[in-house]
Amino acid sequence: MQRHLISVLIENEAGSLSRLVGLFSQRGYNIETLNVAPTEDATMSRLTLTTITSPEKIEQVTKQLHKLIEVVKVINLTDNVHVERELMLLKVRATGNVREEVKRSADIFRAQIVDVTANLYTIQIVGDTEKLDGFIDVIGQERILEVVRSGVIGIARGEKTLSV
Amino acid sequence: MTQTTQAPNMTGHTQTANAAKNFDKKQQQIAEGKEPVMLSGAEMLVQSLTDEGVEYIFGYPGGAVLHIYDALFQQEAIEHILVRHEQAAGHMADAYSRVTGKTGVVLATSGPGATNTVTAIATAFMDSVPMVVIAGQVPSSLIGEDAFQETDMVGVSRPIVKHSFQVRHASEIPMIVKKAFFIAQSGRPGPVVIDVPKDMTAPNEKFAYEYPEEVFVRSYQPSVKGHGGQIKKALETLLAAKRPVIYSGGGVIWSNASPELIKLAHRLNLPVTNTLMGLGAFPGSDRQFLGMLGMHGTYEANTSMHHADVILAIGARFDDRVTNNVKKFCPDATIIHIDIDPTSISKTVFSHIPIVGDVKSVLTDMLEMLGDDKELDQHALLDWWAQINEWRKRHGLRYDTSTENGIKPQNVVQTLCKITDGKAIITSDVGQHQMFAALYYTYDEPRQWLNSGGLGTMGVGLPYAMAAKLACPERDVVCITGEGSIQMNIQELSTCLQYNLPVKILNLNNAQLGMVKQWQDMLYEGRHAQSYMESLPDFVKLAESYGHVGIQITDPAKMEEQLAAAMAIKDKLVFIDVLIDRDEHVYPMQIAGQTMRDMWLSKGDRT
Repeated sequence: MQRHLISVLIENEAGSLSRLVGLFSQRGYNIETLNVAPTEDATMSRLTLTTITSPEKIEQVTKQLHKLIEVVKVINLTDNVHVERELMLLKVRATGNVREEVKRSADIFRAQIVDVTANLYTIQIVGDTEKLDGFIDVIGQERILEVVRSGVIGIARGEKTLSV
Repeated sequence: MTQTTQAPNMTGHTQTANAAKNFDKKQQQIAEGKEPVMLSGAEMLVQSLTDEGVEYIFGYPGGAVLHIYDALFQQEAIEHILVRHEQAAGHMADAYSRVTGKTGVVLATSGPGATNTVTAIATAFMDSVPMVVIAGQVPSSLIGEDAFQETDMVGVSRPIVKHSFQVRHASEIPMIVKKAFFIAQSGRPGPVVIDVPKDMTAPNEKFAYEYPEEVFVRSYQPSVKGHGGQIKKALETLLAAKRPVIYSGGGVIWSNASPELIKLAHRLNLPVTNTLMGLGAFPGSDRQFLGMLGMHGTYEANTSMHHADVILAIGARFDDRVTNNVKKFCPDATIIHIDIDPTSISKTVFSHIPIVGDVKSVLTDMLEMLGDDKELDQHALLDWWAQINEWRKRHGLRYDTSTENGIKPQNVVQTLCKITDGKAIITSDVGQHQMFAALYYTYDEPRQWLNSGGLGTMGVGLPYAMAAKLACPERDVVCITGEGSIQMNIQELSTCLQYNLPVKILNLNNAQLGMVKQWQDMLYEGRHAQSYMESLPDFVKLAESYGHVGIQITDPAKMEEQLAAAMAIKDKLVFIDVLIDRDEHVYPMQIAGQTMRDMWLSKGDRT
């Protein structure tokens, strides 16, 4: 079983997202993360998902995705060198001497504090999944009040592009 | 589902006649190419279907589609066939496609009308049948408010359609219809749903009508031509084979590639087995035909597959009813797989040489590359045929012909084949009778055998036969069914009367859900849970009450004579109720979890 990062260009039409998500439950595939937004071409959305599956199954997953009428292109980013990023916002309890410690950890991880109250920091951090997981570990679950993650997005390195 | 959402608008007769005149005039203008013609959404829908060449619509009216029915009423190009249940409309449209190769059209109202077509859509989807289902919908302003007869039909049908549309602006109707037919028919065919909110068909809102001549969908461009390098590699592998088998399926029929398949098989003297869906694509009476393969396939077909060194799979999808245990499937075989759908390749069984493309195009290329001089190793091929002929002797679809316990169903099907000279269109339902019909009738032509292979839908037999008769009125059409299946759409006897569809219904009546009982006999120590059909109707009287002819056959000695007499009645539907041996099983039968060649050949005799 391996984790795959799949990027899909899909027509930005009513119902196209439910068709794609429906495919995963219908065929028994899993979705670990999902991110979708329009591209520079407003008629198309780019959807990025991570799924964990066996090497035999992943080819079937990409073929089934491609079979959807509204899907324009599909790429398995994990097949080649690529950049992947995820954005995370956290609300962290930061009082007393912990306040300085949280700030230091955020600096080390190149995270930014985007909102402050007397008792809380709201921190923004960008990176790959492991970095974000690492930051949560450093801060400590007991101090975290809320976490929101964007899901992974990715892009191929070099000249290769995913476009029509 | 005829309830309307509002009080019916009482239209006077003269008004109707005037409207008809107006619409005719519009159609004339369209024919003359004078533009623009202003049509309502409902009129555009009907005119688009006419321009698409649609001859029949199978449907049932209701509130949300009344504007469309009103437009249909005022034209003559398309005939509407009124069924008694929307499921049957779906099955009729599906069978119309299977028989003609064109695309059948269904029209149903919103809510229950639409959901009643779901089984038919799923049936068409599983067997790759092109079909366009037009479903009414509540007005767009009411969508999401749980309005009367509202169902999210696009949502309900999503996993069982090739694609679906909801009309958002009436002006889109011609383009949506064009796309729907294009998508349904091209690539791997399949059903397409068009959801039409009632306000999109309002009679007083007119639009300039033009039916698009071409359509382009940037995200959908199915490949047709196979990769030359792959075809060459496949041919080289095939020519080097010592124990080759062609395994061909329904894709050959959809691609109209029967002549190319026959040519290739004859040219290289290759043994051929057909799937349940592929029967008729290669002639059943051909010397090189091994019979059907799979769960109830012949001993020679399944055993040849198991021992093959090269399998050429053509338009077939390695269904679980074919492969038995995929882990033990054909251990020595190099698999060449030709299919138009990339997802069919290596889905269940790994394909060594995949070729994505239209079967007809690929086979044509392959035949061209083959030329006139290349042959397989003739010595090895003759040995292989000698071995296959030995296997043929082992079973050869023999069955116990004693008639102490009544008429044998196999014998009924064989007798029917004899009486009709193997030329009838046969439809079946699902169960033992389906397997007897598949194994004991000889299909020499594609589109001669119609059944629900993928979904296994009981109740398709009668509507399939009706649509076949409608499309081919000059041919004998026989629905081979059982007393269980026939009762799942028996209301259509009324439709047969209305449209004078003189099909023959051959009811192999064992008063049991035979296939269920067979499994219970073989796997559940004979505990017949709910497989006994109590309180059967008198089918003869039932047929007569609908104005048809009903006969019952009980005596094995008179079966042929009575069956011939029934088949000789050409102008009436005849319901032929044959009381058969209640304990007959279908053989051969693969043993679950084993290889293809592990089979029961008769009670107590396993390979």
